[in-house]
Amino acid sequence: MSRAVEESNRAMLRARDAMDRAYAHPLDIPALARIAHASEAHFIRTFRATFGETPHRYLQRRRVERAMALLVETERDVTDICYAVGFGSLGTFSRTFRQIVGESPTDFRRRAVPTNVPSCFTKAWTRPSSFG
Amino acid sequence: MTMNAISRSQIYVLDQDEALDFYVGKLGMELNTDQDLGFMRWLTVNLPGDPEREILLEKPGPPALDPATAEQVRELLTKGALGGYLFMTTDDARKTHEDLVAKGVEITDEPTERPYGIDFGIRDPFGNRIRIGQMFPRG
Repeated sequence: MSRAVEESNRAMLRARDAMDRAYAHPLDIPALARIAHASEAHFIRTFRATFGETPHRYLQRRRVERAMALLVETERDVTDICYAVGFGSLGTFSRTFRQIVGESPTDFRRRAVPTNVPSCFTKAWTRPSSFG
Repeated sequence: MTMNAISRSQIYVLDQDEALDFYVGKLGMELNTDQDLGFMRWLTVNLPGDPEREILLEKPGPPALDPATAEQVRELLTKGALGGYLFMTTDDARKTHEDLVAKGVEITDEPTERPYGIDFGIRDPFGNRIRIGQMFPRG
């Protein structure tokens, strides 16, 4: 039983890593399910059981985290950043950003402070939480 | 402060032979010590030319950990949540990345220029994270 959980976890992690790499691409559940050696329905269910959120929600947070970084580190305008991180419309981006972060991209940019630590930590720790 | 070096660090691995194949065979580290102590297999590696800084590749299990706890460690490790993290530097991040891709290493982050250097991320076969960076001079 334990070995099966480990293998499942590792497969889900492999799929999540693929989402991290290709965050700006459309969510491709069939491809992710193949990486995880699971059917699509089983992949979505097991991903949620493993990481506490759906693949869709994880990808949203990953994109918003990237957008937050670009808002702080670059001068690019909000529309440009919206498309760069994978959102298909400015409306969806603004709504999702506000829902997850609690303020608009512009307000976030105004008060944010750049950091200078390895990006893997800012990636993990500035990603807005799904868990309260 | 009288401490002067970080001489050994530890990460958990699920299989020490597979760990050796990955860290030595693919990442190009050197075997430092592989000794059967009876109660455990003491397995350490180091970067070439730096034997004073070893990484212990430890297998979680009894008697150091009870079976249930070891199982928790294994589950957290495989979902990437255990916290094992190695940071290494290189003279050429893009070339190192190319070499590792050719060897089939799992890439988590492609090489990207950051304020501190160019770095990329990989994962070992068990779930541990490794960051490899070509760092800009500080200051």
